[in-house]
Amino acid sequence: MPNDRFDIAIVGAGPAGMSAAIAASRHGASVVVLDEQRGPGGQIYRAITSAPARRRDMLGPDYAAGQPLAESFRACGARHITDAAVWQVTPEGAVHYLHQGATSTLQADRIVLCSGAMERPFPIPGWTLPGVLTAGAAQILLKSADVVPTEPVVLAGCGPLLYLLGWQYVRAGVPIRALVDTTSMQDYRRALPHLGGALAGWRYLKKGLALMRVLKRAGVPFHTGAQDLAAEGSDAVTALSFTVGGQQHRIATSTLLLHHGVVPNTQFTWSLRADHHWDDAQLCWQPDADAWGALSIPGISVAGDGLGIGGALAAALQGELSALGALHSLGRITMTERDRLAAPLQSELRRQLRIRPFLDALYRPKKANRVPADDVIVCRCEEVTAGAIRQFVELGCHGPNQAKAFGRCGMGPCQGRQCGLTVSELIADARGVSPAEVGYFRIRPPIKPISLGELAGPA
Amino acid sequence: MVSFTFDGNPLKAPAGCTVAAALLAGGVSTFRTTPVSGMPRAPYCMMGACFDCLVEIDGVPNRQSCLITVETGMQVRTQRGLRSLAAQDRETQHAK
Amino acid sequence: MQGSDVIVIGGGLHGMSSALQLARRGCKVVVLEAQSCGRHASGVNAGGVRTLGRHLAEIPLALASRTMWHHLAELVGEDAGFVASGQLKVAETGAELETLRERVQLLQSHGFTHEELVDAQQVRELVPAIAPHITGGIWVQGDGHALPYRTVTAFRLAAQRAGAVVHEDMPVERIDYRAGRWNVTSGAHCFTASHLVNAAGAWAGNFAAQAGDVVPVEAGGLMLMITHRAPPFVTPVLGATGRALSFKQFANGTVLIGGGLRCPADLQARHGEVDMPRLASSARTVVDLFPHLQALGVNRAWAGVEAFMPDGIPVLGASRAAPNLVHAFGFSAHGFELGPIGGQIVAELITEGRSSLPIDAFAVDRFARPASSSASSASPARSLPD
Repeated sequence: MPNDRFDIAIVGAGPAGMSAAIAASRHGASVVVLDEQRGPGGQIYRAITSAPARRRDMLGPDYAAGQPLAESFRACGARHITDAAVWQVTPEGAVHYLHQGATSTLQADRIVLCSGAMERPFPIPGWTLPGVLTAGAAQILLKSADVVPTEPVVLAGCGPLLYLLGWQYVRAGVPIRALVDTTSMQDYRRALPHLGGALAGWRYLKKGLALMRVLKRAGVPFHTGAQDLAAEGSDAVTALSFTVGGQQHRIATSTLLLHHGVVPNTQFTWSLRADHHWDDAQLCWQPDADAWGALSIPGISVAGDGLGIGGALAAALQGELSALGALHSLGRITMTERDRLAAPLQSELRRQLRIRPFLDALYRPKKANRVPADDVIVCRCEEVTAGAIRQFVELGCHGPNQAKAFGRCGMGPCQGRQCGLTVSELIADARGVSPAEVGYFRIRPPIKPISLGELAGPA
Repeated sequence: MVSFTFDGNPLKAPAGCTVAAALLAGGVSTFRTTPVSGMPRAPYCMMGACFDCLVEIDGVPNRQSCLITVETGMQVRTQRGLRSLAAQDRETQHAK
Repeated sequence: MQGSDVIVIGGGLHGMSSALQLARRGCKVVVLEAQSCGRHASGVNAGGVRTLGRHLAEIPLALASRTMWHHLAELVGEDAGFVASGQLKVAETGAELETLRERVQLLQSHGFTHEELVDAQQVRELVPAIAPHITGGIWVQGDGHALPYRTVTAFRLAAQRAGAVVHEDMPVERIDYRAGRWNVTSGAHCFTASHLVNAAGAWAGNFAAQAGDVVPVEAGGLMLMITHRAPPFVTPVLGATGRALSFKQFANGTVLIGGGLRCPADLQARHGEVDMPRLASSARTVVDLFPHLQALGVNRAWAGVEAFMPDGIPVLGASRAAPNLVHAFGFSAHGFELGPIGGQIVAELITEGRSSLPIDAFAVDRFARPASSSASSASPARSLPD
């Protein structure tokens, strides 16, 4: 039996979750927010409430912008369950979570999923070596623990988050041995038609250019148009090798930070069997949702990067919109009221998203880094290579679930988070069809691991 | 600062940081070896999504060190291959 | 009868096993599978290769099938991960042990000696890590477990090598018999053959009814869980007596936990919805039997869609209402082990008009007959799920 009942349950206390909680509470709904961490902020504003001023300043104004939001969230009256790992959300509105070593359940009339995004897997040779981390991981270390590499670091890949990290490292005095950028002239040409949108988001563009200037002025060596990335080493990474224009390069490093974009975290939405679509501009799966983030499953909506990558400011707007949608569907506000409150949010959201087509085109991750060569590990947990998966396809496995049943890829503890996209694209590529036709892993609970003792409950 | 050990060696870390951050800051390179092939692994994502940061904490294996706050006196160990099932537990059960 | 052409509805294990045996006997075989082969019960079950605990009528078939499992590579070209780990059904109290004793005596009175009664000491020798309150059990040495999806795939590939043609994403809608031929439609596709096999699992009742065999088969979901890897601590497959449990540890260290826990199944959506809190009782059983597994993580829970018969034994045999139709469905959560023999019997019925093993107890019309005439249902022993 559920322990508690709420009007609205929100999973995730990042910008989307916090905004949704604030808006919902303002209209008198009973709201609970569950989050894995101790403090609010999600990943983008991680540790924002405990960051000393010096660190907030070093991380930049976009990070600091999370603080007023977090303060409003803390004051809004929503119940905030911290250190809670939600392991299942049901279409009937039950939220099962693990908290302090025991499993609990609460019931809600509406659920808003704000579990954000994850780093896109970056399967290059040697990506599983100790010392290879994602740019997001490096930011988490910086934000939550002031931990930075002690030796010169190499950043590789593409996308705003990579450059932002470089900029933050320069400000923190971390030596960067190289920024190896996979962006090429072809990417700029592809992005050019979307320049109109970019110019509409000119503030964003200006910020990006300023960031690059800081990196260049700090003397960070840049390599652009990089291909054939490979992490070298046996027990840990010792170097990154790559080619530019056919010429081979090798840069020694004991810390390699990879990044080529983030993708929606779709574990909950897949587990609910909500409808999804493959978005070819962002090369990821996105849940089908209406203007309020409502899924094909009644009573459940998504806000933030979980819908599609839009960034923190867009996430906050979507959070508020999803709350308005939920409030209306609960009968707490009229449709007129909902639409009136939503109008400025929707217009601001459109403004925020205008830069996306340009960014998506410019920083489109390279196919070779999404669909790797045979000897590259695709499933990190079970150490299944791309070649093995191609063999499964030849034996008649037409989709990820058959490949999983056949060869264990996707069956490890990460539940396909690090390999799912790669497997979908790899099979699609091997079969000559689109990822939309191939589909994704069937995701089942528990979404987070729960022990037999925790599931069994007290004796 | 919080004092803890890794494979018996003393380490220190600021209070409130995760075990994974504390280990990385303490210069630890290998957190675990995989059950499939014994290859060395260390944190990759730092947000609970990759499960490469698994270590044994106070005798309990398979803990995601990036999601656990470091505490004074914690005994952290490299997780080698298959997680161990505390053999001592089995003995005590039979002794009852 | 030789050189017949046959349509098999259902690409699960029984469909594939039938297709293989028919193709090897010279038949032209077409398999029509609604989604992908082994998508449902056959591909997602607990993989138990079990003669232990069977309904008396099933025992001759299960024993014959087990011999085929032990020589699977000869039959399909690989062993599908079959491990002859033995199966052990434990008793936790004196009263439970007594029921097991009675069971073994009943079997012996029928001439079956494969189930062996063991005491607490012997249980501990077989499974040192088990909790001390166990009082004894039934042990079957030649039983074991295999990998379900690999098994279905192995049978499929062997059937295809033998000439069978498999159509996936081909959900059958209508079957009807006209002018000596079966006509089977799926969307715009129409297939025709002289013989038809109904191996459609949870969806078989509909086809049986279309043929005129009305059968009280019910679709249901069965839940299973798999854990993270643990160092090896148990070799045999384990079951319990007083509570539902099926428990096995694979070579890679993961532990599969089942035990007949039912959940809702949606036939239209072709999906079983896992009710995790109900799995708490399975977790409780495991932790009671193996306290040291408290901290072992559950990686995934799922539900398969299966067909259940009211008396717990399948429908296997010729249609009583339509000609040239053989049914093989309703295995009630324990059809995996019977896969190899099931296909052989289906092929025998079609190509020779007879089965080499007694199958009267599985007649499709046994529910329509007055109770006194079904002598084979006199056995009190009910089959338990794998």
